[in-house]
Amino acid sequence: MSTAPRTLFDKVWDGHVVVPECVEHPAVLYVDLHLVHEVTSPQAFAMLAARGLKVRRPDRTLATLDHSTPTYAPDAEGRWPGIDPAAGSQIEALRAHCRTHGIDLCDVGSGRRGIVHVVGPEQGRTWPGGLIVCGDSHTSTHGAFGALAFGIGTTEVGHVLATQCLLQRKPKTLLVRVDGELGPGVTAKDLALAVCGALGAGGGAGSVLEYQGAAVRALSMEGRMTLCNMAIEAGARAGMVAPDDVTFDWLRGRPGVPQGTAFDEAVVGWRRLFTDEGARFDREVVVDASAIAPTVTWGTASDMTMPVDGPVPEPSSDTESAALAYMELAPGQPIRAKSIDVVFIGSCTNGRIEDLRAAASVIEGRRVAPGVRMLVVPGSDQVRAQAESEGLDRVFVAAGAEWREPGCSMCIAMNEDRVPDGGFAVSTSNRNFRGRQGPGSRTFLASPETAAASAIEGHVADPRPYLQEVSRA
Amino acid sequence: MPEPFRSITSRFVLVDRDHVDTDQIIPARFLTTTSRDGLGAHAFADWRGRPDCPLDAPGAEDARILVGGANFGCGSSREHAVWALVDFGFRAVIAPSFGDIFRRNAVENGLLPVQVAADQIAAIRAHPDAEVTVDLEACEVRMAGHRSASFPADAFGRHCLLHGVDTLGFLLERAADIEAFEVARGDGGVR
Ligand code: SF4
Repeated sequence: MSTAPRTLFDKVWDGHVVVPECVEHPAVLYVDLHLVHEVTSPQAFAMLAARGLKVRRPDRTLATLDHSTPTYAPDAEGRWPGIDPAAGSQIEALRAHCRTHGIDLCDVGSGRRGIVHVVGPEQGRTWPGGLIVCGDSHTSTHGAFGALAFGIGTTEVGHVLATQCLLQRKPKTLLVRVDGELGPGVTAKDLALAVCGALGAGGGAGSVLEYQGAAVRALSMEGRMTLCNMAIEAGARAGMVAPDDVTFDWLRGRPGVPQGTAFDEAVVGWRRLFTDEGARFDREVVVDASAIAPTVTWGTASDMTMPVDGPVPEPSSDTESAALAYMELAPGQPIRAKSIDVVFIGSCTNGRIEDLRAAASVIEGRRVAPGVRMLVVPGSDQVRAQAESEGLDRVFVAAGAEWREPGCSMCIAMNEDRVPDGGFAVSTSNRNFRGRQGPGSRTFLASPETAAASAIEGHVADPRPYLQEVSRA
Repeated sequence: MPEPFRSITSRFVLVDRDHVDTDQIIPARFLTTTSRDGLGAHAFADWRGRPDCPLDAPGAEDARILVGGANFGCGSSREHAVWALVDFGFRAVIAPSFGDIFRRNAVENGLLPVQVAADQIAAIRAHPDAEVTVDLEACEVRMAGHRSASFPADAFGRHCLLHGVDTLGFLLERAADIEAFEVARGDGGVR
């Protein structure tokens, strides 16, 4: 047993090595939890069928419908009238594959359906120290629990279905230490965007990030998930936060974790999941939390970020000039002046209950500006039910927003939830790529608070005046 | 199982921008398919038909090599992006850096990711009509009248590409190790 100090990442990696890596081949790693959704899995199930293979561990596989699934209500049979036929058959394909292989599918009517990275933690299937993969790049979300979690391609989905294992070269480690305290109205999303700005859109490539520091410890689990979710937007394989009492309290009692004293026993092991004193990272970056303002993106890559109250920056490359032109922005103009067509609140980045509460607190008693369409899409059935029990749905509807069924929705625009061609959106999702929210769409990424304030004002807006009112009341 | 890859010589298509994400390579609305085939028709769908679209340039359909900018293939894990490029006819992408998941997906599908320094790319870009050779056996990029540039290749990925190795087969052969691992952690299906 090695006594050399290890990082959190090293500990989780070491615990999952089936065959160590060498020059000739990568490590064979064991996967504790494989999350599956309708869009990146059909070709993988076909790989198994072509060779007559079974799913090795259906009990370690959990499926949901989210990416292309509509956000209007299904009928009594769990089908969506008028759905795009291709999307409909993709959904039926996953249902059939789950039946064939005995995989638990969080389907319509289960009360557990939702975005894959909302459902896993919510169901207690995301464990500290686990190795979690999914055919989806935002699998990094689960790192908030001290798991090693990353996205894989469909061929690798087939590998995991068939063998519960994956071939991986050991990535590098990158410490992101966030000192100080986030200011009022500054959220985990603003921090996540600031980290993308600091590292650059490809700055984390080949690395697993570990977030440390006072500002990270102070985050709720929802906040930590938002932060780790966007590790991929800095190009990183994964992001991780060492688990602590915030983690354990959040997980206790959820269906997928051990119950009662067995949970306490599990916690004893989970408490060893931290980076040892003296462990070395390949790289270290320090971010000052107190210097972060509510942050939005101005361009078409994740690192094109700026404070919401600032002027649009001068471009420093051809790529940035092209991004400004696409966004119809001029350097020096205040971004707040930019009028918008759509506000989207949802996604695996900001579709959890805390996010909906934050948006509702800003918009309560106010109206969505004329000409602006605002969609609120809860991350899961459970988030939706919880929000309704708190009356948040009524707050949104009274303000003139749409309250939808759970799904990825306008984050990926695979269903009919799309930003119109040429339209501008303030979105709580994670990608501001050209056309990501529909052909010709233009996206300003922001926190739920900033998105709600923007809906009220009809242009990109600073949420802080609204929050100060709340705290004065 | 991808076709073996040794060396190719071809003209190239230049996608002259950094951070070309997989949403550009294939927009999400084409991901409702349950097949791997036929996606080349949708490669860079939202760029096609624009006057500056490199895939519409004369000869693009015969090019086997795509030359891209930094962080090529970042963003979504969708393997459809690689399937679309392969179906369009590409066998290699030359760029200064790649998104991690794209790189892995590429190797799995016989599309060689060739990482070379930005100044080497600049030399290639300066000759838009040149034929470029990507030689995986020598791990070199060559262009007439220029010094060759070497590129890094993971030994396993290179072996798989050169011989058309099936990675799932490699994992299936480790079944005994996998079972021993499960037994050692006392896992007959704890969840
Ligand atoms: S919400 Fe968006 S980023 Fe998250 S899993 Fe769905 S499509 Fe991917």
